[in-house]
Amino acid sequence: MSGPATPRDAGPLTGGAAGHDGAAVAAAGAAAPRPHADRRPMRPAVALLRKDLLLERRSPEAIPAMLLFSVTTFVLFHFGLGRDTVSGQLAAGVLTVTILFAAILGINRLFVSEQEEGGFDGVLLAPIDRTALFVAKAAALFSFLALVEVATVAAFALLLLGPSPWPALPGLILILALLDGALALVGTLVSALAIRTRARDLIVPIVALPLLVPALIAAARGAAPLLAAGGAGSIPTKWLAMLALYDLVFGLLAYAVFDFLLED
Amino acid sequence: MYGKGLRALSLATFAALTATFALVFFYAPLDADQGFIQKIFYVHVPVSIVTLCAYVVGAAFAALHLKTRDRKWDLRSYVVIHIALIFNIVGLLTGSIWAKASWGHWWVWDEPTLVSFLIVFLLFATYQPLRFSIEDPERQSRYASVFAIMAGAFVPLNFAAVRAASPFVHPRVFATSEGGLPGSMAFVFVCAIVAIGLLFALLVAYEIAAKQTRWKLRALRRRALGGEAVAPLGRSAAPSLGAPERPSAGTPPRAPRNPAEAAS
Repeated sequence: MSGPATPRDAGPLTGGAAGHDGAAVAAAGAAAPRPHADRRPMRPAVALLRKDLLLERRSPEAIPAMLLFSVTTFVLFHFGLGRDTVSGQLAAGVLTVTILFAAILGINRLFVSEQEEGGFDGVLLAPIDRTALFVAKAAALFSFLALVEVATVAAFALLLLGPSPWPALPGLILILALLDGALALVGTLVSALAIRTRARDLIVPIVALPLLVPALIAAARGAAPLLAAGGAGSIPTKWLAMLALYDLVFGLLAYAVFDFLLED
Repeated sequence: MYGKGLRALSLATFAALTATFALVFFYAPLDADQGFIQKIFYVHVPVSIVTLCAYVVGAAFAALHLKTRDRKWDLRSYVVIHIALIFNIVGLLTGSIWAKASWGHWWVWDEPTLVSFLIVFLLFATYQPLRFSIEDPERQSRYASVFAIMAGAFVPLNFAAVRAASPFVHPRVFATSEGGLPGSMAFVFVCAIVAIGLLFALLVAYEIAAKQTRWKLRALRRRALGGEAVAPLGRSAAPSLGAPERPSAGTPPRAPRNPAEAAS
């Protein structure tokens, strides 16, 4: 697309250039830029994030679905594995795989409101960087996942986990935070990739699951010693490093390519 | 006009493959442990190496496409990934045969390279469904490029993660500094890499020439017989080619919706 006047070209006008004629069009799409907006580049992202959290609070959609899905999956694992309690690698696997599949639900819904209610147009018309939308969506998905996990981990400890969850908790929080980062970054990218395809619900899982294999390996292997039957061991550093590297690589990659998903 | 140099490339590939197979069967020594079956090494390993390089090359072409907005890079990226998928399947099959012959199982989970190739295959196998589910050709090529870049960056990350997750790693047939490979085997192995690389390049060149010729033929038929005589194309995962020869005045040149119009 080589049209000379894409919204992108009109987009980077910051508040300081609000007097230009392009800004009149741009300002119609979203909140008018403040004169000092350029000094706070995160401002649009925070506004978009607040919008998403408000939407989810007013009409809860993703969080209850993910929560119910996780608890149901634990019940399924109980019958599927034929075990009353799990520990060690099995426990870590059940927990991380359940979180991964639950995240797919959230990833599927992530951009639906933007697509159906014209949120993309608003962001494209507004004089803000498009990365702000990525940051906001990834942060929203991260917070959804974190909220869901508070309840999911409690349900897991109650329903399936053999050893006591308390000694494992600090390490588990660290691993799940890094895993949530991976899920949020990759999930936002894949969701934006799939939202305007015909087979959105099919594309998200088949693309996201293979992409998330390294993160799942690191999280499941890293959490295994924490949930071991004999008491919580320590996390091998290599798995934390692997998760952090994964987050870093896909964070940078998303920063580089996300703009190309939002051009029309 | 298309497929310049195809004949020379074909002859070179034929000569290189013939010479390599002659070397493999008549010159390379029999492996002391594995005997004749080890000769699959001269197919399996070069095919796998070429596959990985091709995925990275496909990602590089995709990056060039996003940078230059030239559709030819999208075509190249598409064809390279397409052929690399086929090579990937060949690599998986030969690896499986080799695993059965030397370890007694068709599939071994503690062989990290094989497992990594399966995951990479599962990811890239979604490339064509993703393309197929996007109708607008311009958006299709843009999204496919974003996917190819993500997947290209995923490949090394995945190899690191799967390798770290293997409890123990099988001894390599050839160690890092050629330590395990006698000189004559190393020579044949290098020949095999060159031959398989040439074969890959040849298949890519043929596929690109075939696509270009098909579009050209369509354009000529449309011009000779009129637009109604040529059936409109259905949805396709393959990129459509070319810019319109007669861009209608007033509209900015953009990607054609119907590939047939593009070439006419």
